[in-house]
Amino acid sequence: MDKAKKQLLLKTAAQVRLDIIDAVHAAKSGHPGGSLSIADVMTYLYFAEMNVDPKDPRFTNRDRLVLSKGHTAPALYAVLAEKGFFPREDLLTLRKASSILQGHPDMKKIPGVDMTTGSLGLGISAACGMALAAKIDGVDWRTYAIVGDGESEEGQVWEACMFAAHYKLDNLCLILDLNGLQIDGPITEVMNPTPHDKKLEAFGFNVIVADGHDFVAIEKAFEKAKSVKGKPSAIIFKTVKGKGVSFMENQVSWHGTAPNDELYEQAVKELQARL
Amino acid sequence: MAEKIATREAYGNALAELGDKYNFVVLDADLSAATKTSTFKKKFPKRHFNCGIAEGNMMSVAAGLAAAGKIPFASTFAMFAAGRAFEQIRNSIGYPGLNVKIGATHAGITVGEDGATHQCNEDLALMRTIPGMTVINPADAVEARAAVEAAIIHHGPVYLRFGRYAVPVINDKSTYRFELGKGVDMRDGKDVTIIATGIMVDMALTAAELLKAEGVEARVINIHTIKPLDKELVLDAARKTGAIVTAEEHSVIGGLGSAVAEAVTAGVPVPVVRVGVEDCYGCSGAVPALLEKFGLTPANIVAKAKIAMAMKK
Repeated sequence: MDKAKKQLLLKTAAQVRLDIIDAVHAAKSGHPGGSLSIADVMTYLYFAEMNVDPKDPRFTNRDRLVLSKGHTAPALYAVLAEKGFFPREDLLTLRKASSILQGHPDMKKIPGVDMTTGSLGLGISAACGMALAAKIDGVDWRTYAIVGDGESEEGQVWEACMFAAHYKLDNLCLILDLNGLQIDGPITEVMNPTPHDKKLEAFGFNVIVADGHDFVAIEKAFEKAKSVKGKPSAIIFKTVKGKGVSFMENQVSWHGTAPNDELYEQAVKELQARL
Repeated sequence: MAEKIATREAYGNALAELGDKYNFVVLDADLSAATKTSTFKKKFPKRHFNCGIAEGNMMSVAAGLAAAGKIPFASTFAMFAAGRAFEQIRNSIGYPGLNVKIGATHAGITVGEDGATHQCNEDLALMRTIPGMTVINPADAVEARAAVEAAIIHHGPVYLRFGRYAVPVINDKSTYRFELGKGVDMRDGKDVTIIATGIMVDMALTAAELLKAEGVEARVINIHTIKPLDKELVLDAARKTGAIVTAEEHSVIGGLGSAVAEAVTAGVPVPVVRVGVEDCYGCSGAVPALLEKFGLTPANIVAKAKIAMAMKK
């Protein structure tokens, strides 16, 4: 990865994190922890990986992203706003009754959202349907699905994995955000879904494990995923929940809580330093 | 004696026939021989996708296909479509308003010998509560075929209900016209109206004959589209006959009877008496014995019609 590209990604990701905190603070509710853990991967997807067009959000041959862990919508909205799908100011309307920005992604209301999600386990299946549609038509756009590690406790995730491998959906990339925490505590204590790598391999996936906060590693992982034909790929991104805001990092309590004004100021100060 | 065909049979045949004219795909969950999507598969193997025994996944996959521009039919038994996959249908298909057609077979107690776990008497109630969902329950093979085509043409989610059991063909194939959301007047009468759906339409016509022998003129309406309900026709019946009996192979809670009662109480309040499976589970048995046991008979419609008429002001 050349320096300029890396610089741009670092700067964009810092702005995305700031947007996430701004939006959740303005909404006084939402899910900052898992939004921050996936912020780098999401930034990479929209600024370096996917073929999308903010001026024509629904063009047929675009790549699709399904945020199966829909509660981390602030990360998706932030990236879409930075990319120009809608004005950044809209982020401050998150979760308000007059806003297009629903608590969970809504494809009918929000430009750039490819699938309505929020109820865990459903999005990865819908992504399989999209990938199958591309296979039926013999076209080469790709589908990316972001699944939470806690979400992987849903049985439907594994039904979808079976389906993806059975129909050889090599145009599907499952992205697992392995931040290790879910609402009630560490995933290994609540209901251990690990080891994801062995399970996904057994289900017929090409499995890649990478650091979800290192753009060089993220780039390599996506390149590898694209190079494998005949089976779906899964990238397990090791991440830190709350990444980028010191007091939120690895803290279960920030899964679904908005910062108060004082902590908001502190978070903004930390994130602005990285811009 | 009229020819007897199960509506699931008509469903499979319709998919195979209409596959030439329309570019849809079909999903099934390891029940293609029973749901009859196998008939389509024989003709269009590349457009049929088995999802295995994973109905929740199948519904959300269908949503993804529709989001990418396909018209998917997702088929399984009513119990595993409306029942097991209710939330997937609600959130993946209903809420985003995606163009998915759910072909649910083996609805109601006419599943027969398999018994209560497979007898879905709740699907109309469940599907009717989903905003934007069109709910169709055809009365015979002719109507089933027409309903499939109407569902393809209609943009948006549709739930189609089919039965396992062979039932008489009561509509004339050559003249039949299906209009989504429009009830069909099957017989005129001034004393009471029998509003029926699905396999109960044929029984309603028989009940009307029985009533005629007793000097009662019963109007018979076939409601194939449970949602959106043809309120205009229902209210016209309430106004003109002053008493209504509903008949459905479904729980008396939440289905056609409830839909009609909701419309009538808000428009032209008249007595509405419901024939259907009372608040109970089904059981194993031969279909004729089950229809008798659960009161899904012309005789019961006649009895309830008299109760409704007695309540008239």
